[in-house]
Amino acid sequence: MSDLNKLTIAEARDHLRAKEITAQELTQSCLSAIDGADALGAFVHKTHDLAMTQAQAADDRLAAGDAPDMCGIPLGIKDLFCTKGVDSQAASRILQGFKPEYESTVSQKLLDAGTIMLGKLNMDEFAMGSSNETSVYGNAVNPWKVDDRALTPGGSSGGSASAVAADLCLAATGTDTGGSIRQPAAFTGIVGIKPTYGRCSRWGVVAFASSLDQAGPMTKTVRDSAIMLEAMCGHDPKDSTSADLPVPNFEAMLTGDIRGKKIGIPKEYRMDAMPAEIEALWSQGADMLRDAGAEIVDISLPHTKYALPAYYVIAPAEASSNLARYDGVRFGHRASLAAGDGITEMYEKTRAEGFGPEVQRRIMIGTYVLSAGFYDAYYNRARRVRTLIKKDFEDVFANGVDAILTPATPSAAFGLGEMTDADPVQMYLNDVFTVTVNLAGLPGISVPTGLDSAGLPLGLQLIGRPWEEGDLLNTAYALEQAAGFVAKPQKWW
Amino acid sequence: MSITTETAAKVAKLARIRVEDDALPALAQEFNNILGFIEQLNEVDVEGVEPMTSVTPQRLKRRVDDVTDGSQQDKVLKNAPDAREGFFAVPKVVE
Repeated sequence: MSDLNKLTIAEARDHLRAKEITAQELTQSCLSAIDGADALGAFVHKTHDLAMTQAQAADDRLAAGDAPDMCGIPLGIKDLFCTKGVDSQAASRILQGFKPEYESTVSQKLLDAGTIMLGKLNMDEFAMGSSNETSVYGNAVNPWKVDDRALTPGGSSGGSASAVAADLCLAATGTDTGGSIRQPAAFTGIVGIKPTYGRCSRWGVVAFASSLDQAGPMTKTVRDSAIMLEAMCGHDPKDSTSADLPVPNFEAMLTGDIRGKKIGIPKEYRMDAMPAEIEALWSQGADMLRDAGAEIVDISLPHTKYALPAYYVIAPAEASSNLARYDGVRFGHRASLAAGDGITEMYEKTRAEGFGPEVQRRIMIGTYVLSAGFYDAYYNRARRVRTLIKKDFEDVFANGVDAILTPATPSAAFGLGEMTDADPVQMYLNDVFTVTVNLAGLPGISVPTGLDSAGLPLGLQLIGRPWEEGDLLNTAYALEQAAGFVAKPQKWW
Repeated sequence: MSITTETAAKVAKLARIRVEDDALPALAQEFNNILGFIEQLNEVDVEGVEPMTSVTPQRLKRRVDDVTDGSQQDKVLKNAPDAREGFFAVPKVVE
């Protein structure tokens, strides 16, 4: 069997069980693909030796029988996850050289399930960005290419998206604070799900905005997302916001039967100046779900317009607090000091050198909106608006809607560097369809559903009821079956 | 609402990020653009609406008040830029 790196998780699992391949062969195939793909900038810390050791252990476990579904599956891990003894720097200079003495709960769960870590994946610095251009490692590049431009894989989980789309790994972990799993998944023609807030433990995941951050899988198919999500989630006493709820067998819920399901189409997501191709894709998606037996209903989420501005108060506020820990004392970078410099100079120089411009900007915006005299006007107002945004969804679900269909992104992948001179707010608009889901704590999934006229992938987003990832994945599965998206990027790297 | 270079300097100081004087006007302008975007929130009627404290309704779990962690001085200091004699070392704080 050749090109093992191109397998899905489900295929690899079945071949491993049938003893047709070994985890070591599968891992070797991925490592070769990774070594030939430096031009994508996806893997930023490679862990070949560790991967082969883990693959050996997985083969032993498979031979002994009764191994979990994920046993022997090679994965890429976003650099935001702390991995024991392996560089974990959130794509920031300020964490240069940081090798955690502990393993994040999510990556530990994946290791316990027998998965193999191929290395750490590129991302926007501290997950702040929508194009992977704020990384200290340099850009991650989209394997999709239609002219001589290098395209963004999206962000912040850009390295994860690029690696999965280019078959460097079978799947990858991502994290999503405002769209950082779903937007890059849409830009690269893969599947990405952000589960309900509290499904995955945040322990050991470098914090950006704690009330919004969630980890999730980025995979080649909906089935793979179901398999991998089950291995990632579950209650963790080390994260007080982690939900103590049973984790269902998500894969078993993929029947493809969505007859009688009510799918809402929110009118507020019909933005001015939305490209005709996105508009067309959206109505095609609704038709596909209708043809599969779902009932399509028009709905209203009246506070949608205020989601992005509320997000750009709440997320920077939480970031300014979370990132206060980078002080040059306990870990990471410390600036070299001049004679006579005291502790304040140490903090200020360390943070000026260690954080890139976008991270500095967000910390300072957060500091401003939390400062005396502005806390009520900005931060508390944004938290009130957040309550209203969540209520919009609750009202719709109370009326019997099972899931909501929207575009995943306002455009296909754009060229790296094209937004450099734009106002930061222009970049923030990338998250216009995804950020509401984080503010309301809901599960959301991006499913590749078509190509634009240039040949770039486009995705649709489905939003589900809290804790009903299984039902959401099943609706996504039906959409995936109907869309029949099979296009892959042509190898140029 | 307009952010002056003085306000930008104050915010940078509060955030403990060194910003050179010649970079302050551009920073103030960026703040103004972003805050201008945020100003839209003033259109929303939030009268009587509670600020969100938890996106999923849940009570914090309780546990027995036992010591469950600790005694890992070496591991805690392992990644420090400057650790000496079992402590984090920093520039002189007290005169």
